[in-house]
Amino acid sequence: MGARLKFSIETARRYPLSFVLKVLVVGSALLTLGALFFLLAYIIVNGVPHLKPSLFAWKYNTKNVSLVPALLNTLIIVGIPLIVTVPLGVFSAIYLCEYAKKGSKVVEVVRITAETLSGIPSIVYGLFGLLFFVIYLRWGYSILAGSMTLSIMILPLIMRTAEEALLSIPTSLREASFALGAGKLRTVFRIVLPAAIPGILSGVILGIGRIVGETAALIYTAGTVPRIPGSVFSSGRTLAIHLYTLSSEGFHTNEAFATAVVLLIIVLLINALSAGLARRLGGGN
Amino acid sequence: MDKMMVKNLDLYYGDFQALDDVNLAIPENQITAFIGPSGCGKSTMIKTLNRMNDLIEGCKIEGEVLLDGKSIQELDVNTLRKRVGMVFQKPNPFPMSVYDNIAYGPRTHGVRSKAKLDDIVEKSLMDAAIWDELKDRLKKSALGLSGGQQQRICIARALAIQPEVLLMDEPTSALDPISTAKIEELVSTLKKEYTIVIVTHNMQQAVRISDQTAFFLHGQIVEHGTTAQFFSIPQDKRTEDYITGRFG
Amino acid sequence: MTMQVEKLMHAVFFIAALVSIIAVALICIFLFANGIPAMREIGFLDFLLGQRWAPMNSPPSFGIFPMIVGSIYVTAGAIIIGVPVGVLTAIFLAKYCPAKLYRVVKPAIQLLAGIPSVVYGFFGLMVIVPFIRTYLGGSGYSILSASILLGIMILPTIIGVSESAIRAVPREYYEGAVALGATHERAVFATVVPAATSGILASIILGVGRAIGETMAVVMVAGNQARVPSSILQGVRTMTTNVVLEMGYAYGLHRGSLIATGVILFVFILMINLLFSVLKRRTNYGS
Repeated sequence: MGARLKFSIETARRYPLSFVLKVLVVGSALLTLGALFFLLAYIIVNGVPHLKPSLFAWKYNTKNVSLVPALLNTLIIVGIPLIVTVPLGVFSAIYLCEYAKKGSKVVEVVRITAETLSGIPSIVYGLFGLLFFVIYLRWGYSILAGSMTLSIMILPLIMRTAEEALLSIPTSLREASFALGAGKLRTVFRIVLPAAIPGILSGVILGIGRIVGETAALIYTAGTVPRIPGSVFSSGRTLAIHLYTLSSEGFHTNEAFATAVVLLIIVLLINALSAGLARRLGGGN
Repeated sequence: MDKMMVKNLDLYYGDFQALDDVNLAIPENQITAFIGPSGCGKSTMIKTLNRMNDLIEGCKIEGEVLLDGKSIQELDVNTLRKRVGMVFQKPNPFPMSVYDNIAYGPRTHGVRSKAKLDDIVEKSLMDAAIWDELKDRLKKSALGLSGGQQQRICIARALAIQPEVLLMDEPTSALDPISTAKIEELVSTLKKEYTIVIVTHNMQQAVRISDQTAFFLHGQIVEHGTTAQFFSIPQDKRTEDYITGRFG
Repeated sequence: MTMQVEKLMHAVFFIAALVSIIAVALICIFLFANGIPAMREIGFLDFLLGQRWAPMNSPPSFGIFPMIVGSIYVTAGAIIIGVPVGVLTAIFLAKYCPAKLYRVVKPAIQLLAGIPSVVYGFFGLMVIVPFIRTYLGGSGYSILSASILLGIMILPTIIGVSESAIRAVPREYYEGAVALGATHERAVFATVVPAATSGILASIILGVGRAIGETMAVVMVAGNQARVPSSILQGVRTMTTNVVLEMGYAYGLHRGSLIATGVILFVFILMINLLFSVLKRRTNYGS
């Protein structure tokens, strides 16, 4: 397809409209990539020089604005939703793919609700988390309230990727297992699920990315306390919220840049992991 | 002695009748071949013998299939499938090691001891005439093998649960001629220990390996009998047309 | 024994499948139960069409019309900026990009989707806002800044969905056109892209959903004044930012009115989702 990218004056003269369209197409692609690279470069160039040791002090204070507590909180707030939602989402996908009858009403309703969930904006999740977990269940601003809110938020993502992974497993493997006298449960857990793990994992990685970058759903559920929490019922800010508070206060622009670099590095790692997995998935088939 | 009997069997997929009043005896320690053009019901028939059709929604069966004189509907389906093993059209090894592929069936049926599993794996691979090729690669993934090897792994896997009957649904249709010859040779030796039913679209194959042949057309059995008689003196005009290549 | 385990796990899987239904039900119940009474107290029309948002005044006024308008403005701006660039980039990926280049460009666009909104917001705050202030005047915190930023943020959504819609068009369409002597561009733009229209529309609707629901990036660059703006260089407040700005200290009817703002946003999103699934269904039948 490389030839399609060549520009020559002669063809431009013969087909002026085509030439303009080609310029627009290539220009847009360059603009998209340009925006990405400019954003990355700008933050890295301004942030890397400010990655000072004090930023990584164990304890936060208003002078060092250390990001370590926020980083630890992020790990916890990634961990709990995964523990809650991965089994739930995978089991749900197992029901939809392996057990439910075709055209069943329940399946239809589950699909519609999962689609609805995936379209709900984070701030609405945040409001719900505040009303339900923080106020109604009296958990207060806490790591747990934030984690549970995010558990619901990533459920549709885990469900969808797990479902896609299960659907991609050939029926012939299930048949082979049944033909050997294995029951449904054994077939699902010994044959189908192990083969679907890479696909499920890619959903998990996407979910991690979503959580790491989340702010709006956490501000009024997990809160913004910049300390390492004593328990899951204490409040704690994640790295993304940390960056938000730093930049909205406006006193620590350099540290904000440095924090943004750390956040970007995490996102880059997650993306690399997911791209690597996708490549392996593609190569396996 | 008849290992399996099919009596007045009708089978419907929704409104479509795929099998129509099939009556058939499958003699023990012989190879019975089902032949016929695509869509004639031969694959549907073989899948009825171990109730794989149960997996298809909207499939309805009337009539009886007997295994050693007892209705297979009354048996526990997993026990039935342990007694009546199956090899599929396309090789379908599990995405795991050769060893785990073969051991999957025995483990399913409660064999836990390592020594016993080792024995079963070795014997099954020997019976499937692939032990010598693979004995040093037992821990390697079965997916890295050739199509013919994969199909013999699948045969070994079916043998590992020590079935009484072995169903083979066009087991060579996805394979090259050399692999096909190996499998045919293997099938001929297996009939000493097993009752074998094989679906084939290849009449020469039926002639080469089977003892009994049944010819299916539009969901009915047109004719069945010993293979020698079937191919030399067909009783029905349609059989003659089919085996002389006028249609199909 | 095994039969019982099979039955038990069947039930477990079924219950897991019900969780998403329960979640949607809970979200609806809690939002509506807390938002609707507030709307009733304020007066439904006064709330939706009221021009004045002054929750701390006495007597307070709770009109979210400026926020509804604000959400529509920044979303429209994002669509105007993001859709042409996004769709053309999708055409590039599907019909121009050589395989080797694709292996680099595609992950880059996925990365664009993975960057957190707060990083986008910070970038907007540091780059776009000062740029607008310097070259176009005003404070820089404006509809235009928010639109540009959201336009970039919805690119990966638009590109992803449009690209697969374009790829789903049968090769014969393209080959038929080229066989008649059309240039590559004519074949792509006159036959392939029109065939992918409903998929591209779906991508735009999904982009609208993203833009209207975005909170953190907008709050950092939009200025957040709760009034109907008269120029794209003026600041604006959206429904999402209204919630995030004031929820921290609101109580009583003020809090209720913020939740009600969330309810209105939720209803917007539900309508967009509905539109999206209708279009998606149409695409599926098409191919």
